[in-house]
Amino acid sequence: MNLSASENTEFLEKNTPQAFLNISQIDMVFPTDTGGFTALKNVDLKIDKGEFISLIGHSGCGKSTVLNIVAGLYQATKGGVLLQNKEVNEPGPERAVVFQNHSLLPWLTAYQNVELAVKQVFNNTMSKAEMKEWIEYNLKLVHMDHAMFKRPDEISGGMKQRVGIARALAMQPEVLLMDEPFGALDALTRAHMQDSLMEIQSELNNTVIMITHDVDEAVLLSDRIVMMTNGPEATVGEILDVKLERPRSRLSLAKDIEYNRLRSEVLTFLYEKQRKVENISSKAVTPKSIPRKRVSSQ
Amino acid sequence: MSLTTVNASQLTVTEQVMKVSKNVLSKITNAMLLPIIGITIFIFFWSIAAQSIHTSLGTFPGPNAVVKQFSSLYDEHVVEREKAEAFYQRQEKRNAAKQEKNPDYVGKIRAYTGKETFFDQILTSLFTVTCGFLVAAIIAIPLGIWMGLNKRLNSAINPIVQIFKPVSPLAWLPLVTMVVSALYVSDDPMVSKSFLTSLITVSLCSLWPMVINTSIGVSSIDSDLLNVSKVLRLPTFTHIQKIVLPASVPMIFTGMRLSFGVAWMVLIAAEMLAQNPGLGKFVWDEFQNGSSDSLARIMAAVIVIGFIGFLLDRAMLELQRKVSWDKSSASV
Ligand SMILES: Nc1ncnc2c1ncn2[C@@H]1O[C@H](COP(=O)(O)OP(=O)(O)OP(=O)(O)O)[C@@H](O)[C@H]1O
Ligand SMILES: [Mg+2]
Repeated sequence: MNLSASENTEFLEKNTPQAFLNISQIDMVFPTDTGGFTALKNVDLKIDKGEFISLIGHSGCGKSTVLNIVAGLYQATKGGVLLQNKEVNEPGPERAVVFQNHSLLPWLTAYQNVELAVKQVFNNTMSKAEMKEWIEYNLKLVHMDHAMFKRPDEISGGMKQRVGIARALAMQPEVLLMDEPFGALDALTRAHMQDSLMEIQSELNNTVIMITHDVDEAVLLSDRIVMMTNGPEATVGEILDVKLERPRSRLSLAKDIEYNRLRSEVLTFLYEKQRKVENISSKAVTPKSIPRKRVSSQ
Repeated sequence: MSLTTVNASQLTVTEQVMKVSKNVLSKITNAMLLPIIGITIFIFFWSIAAQSIHTSLGTFPGPNAVVKQFSSLYDEHVVEREKAEAFYQRQEKRNAAKQEKNPDYVGKIRAYTGKETFFDQILTSLFTVTCGFLVAAIIAIPLGIWMGLNKRLNSAINPIVQIFKPVSPLAWLPLVTMVVSALYVSDDPMVSKSFLTSLITVSLCSLWPMVINTSIGVSSIDSDLLNVSKVLRLPTFTHIQKIVLPASVPMIFTGMRLSFGVAWMVLIAAEMLAQNPGLGKFVWDEFQNGSSDSLARIMAAVIVIGFIGFLLDRAMLELQRKVSWDKSSASV
């Protein structure tokens, strides 16, 4: 079947009207010097409203590419993304992004960073006082109300990431996209942030796509874990339903049988089925001409 | 036994005091003493070298001669001011007297037209350089931002910038002079032609560092920040105001500092050749004058020019510290 972009969209609309967010048969080809590099091939995923999805896969498989296409920052080469049956073709605040390295504006305070987003999104619908209240509410949600007026270089990495999340939440997005939001944090802070995120999620029930490298994080937070195969031509390998009851607590889950089964499924997928053979088995070959300490000939 | 421990601790205390004072001492040495030593040695070699250089205007001025000229330049300034004061008093008296005779008489007020002293010329130069620099900044910064935002425009304009950047002011000057005298014709000119010529030459030469640095600053903004702006769908103007400008302020200031340095250098040359009042003209007039004091007076001017250039750079740095969010970029 060879459909043009608009025909393609029509076709999709007729056939899958229910999905809230529909990532439909996406191909992504990056132009390179040596021709096209097919990063993604036929990525297909349907997400319901209020679902928390984790994307997991080896480094370089194309997770960020998927996220950026949903965000509208990249354009898929083939296929497309439908949000509530409307095609996504540019970035917008209804698909808020939390970037890996916080990407707060360094010259603005935490409050002003959130304010920039709120002013842009709710300019016509909120009064000044309402905006102020809304900004403070979101900062409180991530427990950052005590450092509202500090600038990014005056707060810790975890705090910056929280402000980044507050900024995204404050846009009241239909989908929240997070690219390794806790990747740069230490284990303790990360656990703390996961707990806050679960708490926020139980309150707001957002639709979330989160990229992670951390198996425990994926199982702890998600409703479904989407595991991607290795690139090039990466695609959705397996999808794992996580039917653990909420609220979840990491301590009691540690002994839970279902939790450990899910965990080992993800690990099996990553380290048996999609092992990165080339990186692990091919040892570096020592070059023949190693510069040695010069031995004097006399 | 207890006695020895007391002694030991006393010893360490004195040692610590010595360490601290050593630290302070080395700081003072670095900040004050070494520059003073450097300057002293320089003055020493200068005075020795000066004695053995004989020009047609006498021996080359040593430090002593220059200091003497500084004080005589100051005296001349005071004398000139007194003359001006006296002139205005006389004028006022004359007008008052005439008004007494004839109440309808409207007093003529003429400005004193004595010669500009060295200190007047410093102020004139500062005024001219500031005007030239501001004109350049008003053109260069928006242009640089536009070039930074638009890759195609950058590719189109960059070669022109690169070619004009190394051009000496002396090459521009004749062209600017002719163009100004052709186009700037007015019966009652607001500013003199020579002022305009100097100003335009300064602007032409100080434009380029600002254009280059601004465009580099804008085009190298972190792509994450640009993505934030895209996700928020910021309109172009807000995007420039909230993201582009603050993000590139450090680079814009680097360009402005470079440009101000260039502007000050160019100004002296321009004033010399355009015969616009100012330090450059002072140097040129002294050179033409050719009295036995001339070289010492020129040397005094050289020192003042250098010192003012240094102060201007410091002032820009302070301004950058005030304005920029990135304090680390505002270093010497
Ligand atoms: N702009 C681009 N141009 C060319 N190739 C790209 C571009 N962006 C990504 N790629 C390639 O596409 C593949 C997927 O990249 P992507 O950043 O999506 O991986 P990832 O799964 O997010 O990896 P990581 O977990 O390390 O962040 C990689 O092989 C990468 O080299
Ligand atoms: Mg990535």
